[in-house]
This record gives sequence, C-alpha cells and structure tokens, in this order.
Amino acid sequence: MELLRQCVEVTRKDLLLQWRTRSRFASVLAFGVTTLLLFSFAVGPDTTVLRTHASGYLWLAVLLASTLALSESFRLEVEHGAMDTLRLLPADPRVLYYGKALANLLSLAALAVLLLPFMVALYDVQVVMGMGRLLGLVLLGTAGLTAPGTMYAALAARARSSDVLLPLLLFPLLVPALVAAVKATGLVLEGDPMDQLGGWTGLLAAFNVVYWTLCGLLYRAVIED
Amino acid sequence: MNRVDLALAAASVVLLGYGTWNGLVVAPPDRFMGDVSRIMYVHVPTAWNAMLCFTYAFVFAVASLLTRRPAWDHRMEAAVEVGLLLGILLTVQGSIWARPTWGVWWDWDPRLTSVAVMNVMFIGVIALRSFVDDASSRARWSSVATVLAFVNVPLVYMSVRWWRTLHQPPREAGGVDPAMLLPMWINVVGLLFLTVLLVRLRTRVARASRAAELAPPELP
Repeated sequence: MELLRQCVEVTRKDLLLQWRTRSRFASVLAFGVTTLLLFSFAVGPDTTVLRTHASGYLWLAVLLASTLALSESFRLEVEHGAMDTLRLLPADPRVLYYGKALANLLSLAALAVLLLPFMVALYDVQVVMGMGRLLGLVLLGTAGLTAPGTMYAALAARARSSDVLLPLLLFPLLVPALVAAVKATGLVLEGDPMDQLGGWTGLLAAFNVVYWTLCGLLYRAVIED
Repeated sequence: MNRVDLALAAASVVLLGYGTWNGLVVAPPDRFMGDVSRIMYVHVPTAWNAMLCFTYAFVFAVASLLTRRPAWDHRMEAAVEVGLLLGILLTVQGSIWARPTWGVWWDWDPRLTSVAVMNVMFIGVIALRSFVDDASSRARWSSVATVLAFVNVPLVYMSVRWWRTLHQPPREAGGVDPAMLLPMWINVVGLLFLTVLLVRLRTRVARASRAAELAPPELP
C-alpha cells in the first residue's frame, strides 16, 4: 500500500511538471498532427488507400511524437540534477519507475486520443467496432510504448547524442507492439470478419506484461551510480 | 593467442574446410532447389551460432547485472559484437538465398525479418556503449538494453509470423540425405569453435581498452 501511495506521489509530481510545461505538450501534439498530414501528402489524396492504412499512420504518428515527449520527461530531471535528489528519497527504485511511467502513459494516451479525431477527419475513417474498443486499444498500445520508452529515455537522457539514441534503441524493440497495435486498431476501424482481434490484443497484452514487469525490476540498475 | 586459441583456430579451419568441401562437392544437390540449396551449409550454421552468441550476450548481461564485475561486461561486449557480425552475415545469406528460390531479394518472412530487427536492436546496444563515457554506467545500461532486446526476440518472431509467412518450414531429419546432414553438422561445430575464438579474442581487446581508459595519461 505504501509503495502504491509513493508511486502516486511520483506520478503527481510528474503530471504537475507536465502541466506547468503544457505548451510543450501542445507542440508535441501539433507535431503529431503534422505527421498525420504528411502521410496524406506522401501517399497522395487517394481516400481508399488512406483509409486502409489509417491505423498504421496513427500509430507511427504516436510513435514519432512519443520520443519527443519521453525524452522531455527526463531532460528536466537531468538538467537540474533532480534525478540525484530523487535517488536520495527513501523510496524503492521501482516506485520511481512506475510513477514516472504512469505519468508518461497518461500524457501519451492523451496525445493519442487527441490525434484520433484528426485521423478520423483526414482519412475518412469509420469506427466499425465502436469507440470503447478503440479507446481501450489506444490505452493498451500506448502502455506498450511507454514501458520500454520510459526505461530507454532514462538511459538516453544521461548519454551523449540522446536524441539519436532513444529512437535507435526504442523503435526496433517496439516492432511487436507496433505490429499488434496497428493490426488490432485496423480491425476495430474496419471490422473483424475473421475474428483475429483477440489474438492481436493478446500479443499486445503479453508485450505489456513482459516489459512493465522487466523494466520495473531493472530500473534500479539504470539509476544507481 | 595462447594455446587454447590456437587449438580453436586450427579446429575451426579444419572443420570448416572439410565441411565446406563436403557440402560443395560430396553432398547431392537438393531435389527441388538444385545446387542453390548448398548455401544451407553456411546458412544453418550461421543461424544457430548467431542465436547462440546472442544467448551468451544475454547470460553475460545478467551475470554483469548480478555481480557488477567488469569481466562479465567485457564478455558481453564481445558476444554482442560477434553475434551482430553473425546476424548481419545471416541476413545477407538469407537475402542471397531468397533471390533464386523466392524470386526476390527481400521478403517479409518471419525469420528473415526477425533477424533483421534483432540486428538493429543490438546495433542500438553497441551505439549506447559508444555514447556513455563512464565505464560503470556503460556496463549497467548496456546490460539492461541487452536483456530487454533479447527478451524481445520471441515476441518479434511471433508477431511477424502472424503478420506474414513464407519461409520453408525446417525439414524433418528423416527426409534429408545423411550426406547432406554431415557437412551441415561439421560446419555448425566448426563455426562454433570460430565464434568462441572470436569472443575470446574480442573479450581480451575489451579488457585491454578498459585498462587503457583507467590508466593515467602519459607524461609529456
């Protein structure tokens, strides 16, 4: 219980920080929308093609925008030496990880949800299987992205060339989550006649379980000195 | 090179030479693919040894995280690099084999794609190592990245297999002429010796460069 309470405190601290730098969040959102627009320009104004690949474009936009959001979440802590202060807290390192990851999850999920209306409008998408399922998938997908993303952002923030390092480490690792999220979202948007949604959602859930567990265990080794 | 290294080098040269000669000259051509199938005698050994080498890297990374001894970090650095070398060779061989049999240089086949993704993940680990100056952080962080990457390999494989499939399934041993299995096994063992030798030598290089990092600068 105590761990949970500490975890919520860390999340609250991070969310407060993100609220105070909300212009940054707005810029990241604008970046995501720009990415969605660029896909249309790259593919051409063919509505059928755009609609077919809408879920892929959505997740790529979220993925590209997420590296900006994730690296920002650690930049402040490294720049002002806040990480060292946090380490002095009489708290378990797992608390620091899960608190941070939870805050990142909330802001990335908000980002993805705010991108949805743009996707629907730009690519003329119909959500065949309902908004509830779509929102659930968005949450599950961003959770898969957040777990290793928070971990690698913590590493990259203190290395040289962190802007290159984070995507280089993160993107290949996310291949299973990306494939599963894109496929499942596509099925929710276009309908699921072959009943494949369960399999892809299961894969995404398995990815989440593996990385939320493993990263919590390994975070101590990342932040200690 | 000490005596063990020389023995490994000699054994791998003899085995790979004999296995390759057997594979190119003695073994019969494949019924369906003809002589093209002879790439199997390097492809399969490379695949097994690449996976084995990344498994060493994973084990060394876990040992390094548990004990924090630099010796494990040096071994991990060596295993990741040699594994990546084998992984890249494997991708290139797969691509060369794909051209005559499937008609394309690249296909989004689960194994070919998984190995490509695996290569990129471990390139990330090597990049991470080169971007961190503090030796202790480098050891811890790259071990963490290695563990995360290695655990991902089955997930990548599963996701890509569901996504798309074309690779020929591994054949049952019963359907293969023993004359075709022999050179493959000889090459597996020969390449294993070569891999172990390379990891040993690379470990020594890692240890020497760590020592050089720690050594005081020379006086002018």
